[in-house]
Amino acid sequence: MSKFPITLHRNPKFRSAIIQAVLVLVVVYSFYSLYQTTIFNLEERGIKTSTSFFDQVAPFKVGFSPFLNFELGETTYIEVFYIGVLNTILVAILGIIAATFLGFFIGILRSSNNWLAQKFALTYVEIFRNMPLLLQIMFWNFAIFLAFLPPPKQSLEFGAFYLNGRGLQTPVPIIENNFLFKVWLSVVILSVVASFIFRSWAKKRRNQTGKSLPVLSISLSFVIIVGISAFYILGQPLTVDMPVLGKFNFKGGGQLPLPLFSLWFALTIYTSAFIAENVRAGIASVSKGQIEAARSIGLTRPQMVKLIIIPQALRVIIPPTISQYLNLTKNSSLAMAVGYEEVVAVWANISLNQTGQALIIIAMTIIFFEICSLFTSFILNIYNRRIQIAER
Amino acid sequence: MTMNTVKFEKLPDRLPPVNTVGWVAWIKQNLFGSVSNTIITLLFFYLIFLYIPPFLEWAVFNANISGNDRTICDENRSGACWTFVKVRIEQLLFGLYFAKNPDQMWRPIMAFIIFAGLLTPLAIDRTPYKKWLLLILLVAYPIFFISTVGGGVFGIPKSDASEWGGLLLTFALAFVGIVLALPLGILLALGRRSKMPVVRSFSIIYIEFWRGTPLITILFMASVMLPLFFPSGVEFDKVVRAMIGITLFQSAYTAEAVRGGLQAIDKGQTEASMALGMGYWQQTIFIILPQALRISIPSIVNTFIALFKDTSLVSIIGLLDLLKIAQNSSRSLDWNGYDIEAYMFAGLVFWIFCFGMSIYSQKLERKLDTDRNVE
Repeated sequence: MSKFPITLHRNPKFRSAIIQAVLVLVVVYSFYSLYQTTIFNLEERGIKTSTSFFDQVAPFKVGFSPFLNFELGETTYIEVFYIGVLNTILVAILGIIAATFLGFFIGILRSSNNWLAQKFALTYVEIFRNMPLLLQIMFWNFAIFLAFLPPPKQSLEFGAFYLNGRGLQTPVPIIENNFLFKVWLSVVILSVVASFIFRSWAKKRRNQTGKSLPVLSISLSFVIIVGISAFYILGQPLTVDMPVLGKFNFKGGGQLPLPLFSLWFALTIYTSAFIAENVRAGIASVSKGQIEAARSIGLTRPQMVKLIIIPQALRVIIPPTISQYLNLTKNSSLAMAVGYEEVVAVWANISLNQTGQALIIIAMTIIFFEICSLFTSFILNIYNRRIQIAER
Repeated sequence: MTMNTVKFEKLPDRLPPVNTVGWVAWIKQNLFGSVSNTIITLLFFYLIFLYIPPFLEWAVFNANISGNDRTICDENRSGACWTFVKVRIEQLLFGLYFAKNPDQMWRPIMAFIIFAGLLTPLAIDRTPYKKWLLLILLVAYPIFFISTVGGGVFGIPKSDASEWGGLLLTFALAFVGIVLALPLGILLALGRRSKMPVVRSFSIIYIEFWRGTPLITILFMASVMLPLFFPSGVEFDKVVRAMIGITLFQSAYTAEAVRGGLQAIDKGQTEASMALGMGYWQQTIFIILPQALRISIPSIVNTFIALFKDTSLVSIIGLLDLLKIAQNSSRSLDWNGYDIEAYMFAGLVFWIFCFGMSIYSQKLERKLDTDRNVE
């Protein structure tokens, strides 16, 4: 016993235990009572909260579902949920790919030593990141594309792609022979694996002997040659269905409906402005001393860019860019404004209005996005751990 | 012929070669430095020449601003129709209620002017009594705003929040979001760094939950679920529901911004205040928070920019904010077909506010950086 015993209410351990116990009680009780009131209120409105509506047939039409077959009068609510999730993932992937390319392009312009290019990129970034995304989606969809894109007959032509007021017509790959296609796919994957092994061997050799090989061009041409020759040896297991203009509309190929195209366009432009800023910050973060040191040991400019600047800049660029990918996925829920059928639109809005199952539907929507968010932090953590090891 | 007549006199400096100084050198360096540089420059000149003049012609030189209806615009389709914006400006800025009652327009105008009057000195470095000004802005001003714009007191006719619209509503939502989210966010940030595991994990769960969910889902939840959470008889206005959703959402982002500031405070500060015998709240309020908040202002402003843009989402749950009114008026019979002008005007208003705030936050960040370098 110490000489000056602490009174119980001043004992930090006791106090923190009490505070935490009270907090747990308050939170648990308020969640419980919220849950009870919600269930009661729903029942008062004649809605019994249960998942039995999953197997009911959805009475509305989902126009765009490229991965699951939608059949009005047959498709159930739970399938509508899957369609919504897949559509969200589709636009997210399309947006991430396009925004990365555009963002890196603008970010490199922003760091170039051409004054005009710099100012152009600056203007681009400041215009597009300071306006609400919803406004941009609506602007492109309603004010520009719907108003000015031509009817299918006069479609704008971009190679095998056709853009018109109904959407973007694209070629679609068709698998002719499932078995041979899988064989071809595994050959391609094997060649990619082989080139990775080659890469690590070349790296080891460079570290030991100082002789470097043009790894990228060798492995790229290896994969392409193997892929193409295997494709013809196996008798073309994959053909491409081209869109062809018929009398009134396109036949064959696939279509990204206009809402999806506008959403994709707006998400790409908006997110690329943020990615461009990340790229600029990454390039600026490589200190001048690094470049001077690279010159003084006699590296050529391409060598310097490849071996000194890019690895260090990427370390700064990648983490915030991955967060932008998550933002893009969350932002795709704004599709509601233009009528693209992603998860929030078909599930949290239409299905909710039809069934009234607010509790389950909102919870499932939130859980879907939480999974995306957890997945993103998982990837980020892995990446951060990897670059920490490299830093030593 | 004597040696001592040699004069030591400074000759005037020779001028540097023309192509190393002044605008000639600047152009050479920044526009035509190398072959690829020259190609890029020419390409951009071509693009400017291709797109800027037609745009200016449409937006400025051929634009229509006179008249009060669409006849003038319909006759001259080669220019923008700013007449539309001119006629609808009251709706776009203050919403339907004040557009219908022009004699009440002084209320939102006064609210905006006083807001600007309070905010401007805050953005200037040398203003004295900044703390008090901030306190007035965060505590007294909301009361003033509700009583003038909302009415119902001092004989001012009542206009419920459900009747607000346009920029006024956008502004009210964003302001409520930041004012209520700030104290919540500070508590959450402190909670996330607490030594008590229960407090810490609750804070983390709260923050990550709201940050992982898109605002539109939260707004749906607020408009559909909120009435279900309370016993029947408790009714919320649509605008209030949106405000609750926005506040909960924003508090998570504010918490992360404040946490950044808290992490930047040296541990010695806590230890020193402990040595002085301060308790947790004394340390936090008098030592840690004043320093941490100062550092986190730029990030708080950045989250506020994001919130200001995101308030436009309330148009999806049927509130008449600036974006929705712009959209509705471009679809009304009177002005059908002038979408571009409507969106451009709304976009410009949003852009001015967001760009202004981002300039301010960048300036502050640079200032904080130099401050820290001096220390």
